[in-house]
Amino acid sequence: MGDTTTFFRSPRREPHRRSTAESPWVRRLLITGALLFLGIFLVMPLVLLFAEALSKGLGFYFHTFRDPLTLSAVKLTFITAGISVPLNCIFGVAAAWAITKFDFRGKNLLITLIDLPFSVSPVIAGLIYVLVFGAPGPFWTWLSEHNLKIIFAVPGIVLATTFVTFPFVARELIPLMQAQGRTDEEAARVLGASGWQTLWRVTLPNIKWGLLYGVILCNARAMGEFGAVSVVSGHIRGITNTIPLHIEILYNDYNTTGAFAVASLLAFLGLVTLVLKAWVERKKNAELRATEIRMTV
Amino acid sequence: MAKKKNSVLPGFRLTLGYTLLYLSLIVLIPLAGLFVKTSEISWEQFWHIVTAPRALASYRLSFGASFLAALVNVVFGIMVAWVLVRYQFFGKRIVDALVDMPFALPTAVAGITLTALYAPHGWFGLLLAPLGIKVAFTQLGVFIALTFIGLPFIVRTVQPVLEDLDPEIEEASASLGANRWQTFWRVILPMLRPALLTGFSLAFARALGEYGSVVFIAGNMPMKTEITPLLIVTKLEQFDYAGATALAVIMLVGSFAILLAVNLLQWRSSRHLARV
Repeated sequence: MGDTTTFFRSPRREPHRRSTAESPWVRRLLITGALLFLGIFLVMPLVLLFAEALSKGLGFYFHTFRDPLTLSAVKLTFITAGISVPLNCIFGVAAAWAITKFDFRGKNLLITLIDLPFSVSPVIAGLIYVLVFGAPGPFWTWLSEHNLKIIFAVPGIVLATTFVTFPFVARELIPLMQAQGRTDEEAARVLGASGWQTLWRVTLPNIKWGLLYGVILCNARAMGEFGAVSVVSGHIRGITNTIPLHIEILYNDYNTTGAFAVASLLAFLGLVTLVLKAWVERKKNAELRATEIRMTV
Repeated sequence: MAKKKNSVLPGFRLTLGYTLLYLSLIVLIPLAGLFVKTSEISWEQFWHIVTAPRALASYRLSFGASFLAALVNVVFGIMVAWVLVRYQFFGKRIVDALVDMPFALPTAVAGITLTALYAPHGWFGLLLAPLGIKVAFTQLGVFIALTFIGLPFIVRTVQPVLEDLDPEIEEASASLGANRWQTFWRVILPMLRPALLTGFSLAFARALGEYGSVVFIAGNMPMKTEITPLLIVTKLEQFDYAGATALAVIMLVGSFAILLAVNLLQWRSSRHLARV
């Protein structure tokens, strides 16, 4: 029995052979089913979104973007992402360095805690900052005496956004740097590089695609966050409205076309994110393969 | 945290210190504040808030719809992952990239889009109306929104496992006389189980906490289409901080319990596999 199977085995392994492939009908059925599911759930909403946005013509579409309230929402969204993404980026590199370059007890607990914000509802993420910095909180009297506003103001929006995007960069870098090991950095140190030189010239070039991947995901979430920001924002028009909150206001004002026009901006950013993500993902996998090859040599 | 073993690499204290400080400031201390705030109210009050009929109805909807949505995503997630890994077809790379759209599309955008699509005069709403099916502003709408946002989780956890599956295992199964369906059901599916569990729990946990995509399509009627996160927001807007906090604690404990249960199952099945 063993002999006959080896006899029939072709020298080059092909991914699918007769005995392990489905009949063409099953194949077609599965492809159709999958595409139908994705079509209904993903493609149709996108098509409708852009159709609704342009339903009153290009004039109305661009008119929405000249509205000062829209512009201030766009500005606030960029400011928020501009603060919270770099913060989480620095944190991600520091955490990944500590976790992957050293051995210490409690490492798994630390990794679990870093992932924690992903399992917390965005609404709760907003709520905890209201409890700490808002009217019922311990800092409220001090803050109001010094005329500082965190809740219902920009700092609260930045904090809530930082919370919901907290793990993105770190959880991308930890497995990558784990796989890459410590040998490159150790070699650099033995050859006389300082710690910062090692980081800038050895580690960062090694992880740049993984880092960029994490930043892209982090940024997409930071710009689109709704629940957490909605709780802490106070919805002051022109001051504490981000793009997603502005969409909600337009929508509730029965300016549906305006809401979809502004939404199409975020959808466009989302599509750009997907393209960038697919491209960076390939680079990142190449980065990982490169280290695997180096390790086997 | 304990001592590092001797290493030539610098920066252990700096990076670990910074990590712990930042983690505490942004995540741990504010989250602890939630539990401190809850301890300010009495047990009877807490119990009264979290077992109010309106709260109970919201748990039923949140947990039920999240569970069903994650389940539907398991079935279609396997199908999509299978098709993307095993078959060649036109536009496959675009479809592959598109799977992540629910991650990239902001929830509020998804919310208004799904609502417009399933509203009585929307494209799908018009198709479903003659069949007597109402989606927008019903519990079915909540389920649709949660299916949308959970869609990538299963596909993305199953895909790499399917890619790494050794073809010889399927060959062995076929040579022992199993047909394709038996091979899938008895050989491939059990190997996908850990990934499915992970994907399911991620989708479930995400759906439980979801707010933006649901509030537009749900209609938000108390006792009927009100999810727990929305009830928390409603209480906050009425400055009922104690009520909001108590419900938040219930939600947090609930989602941690699910993640813990899944981790335990995972651990048991990996031990089981190791023994075989």
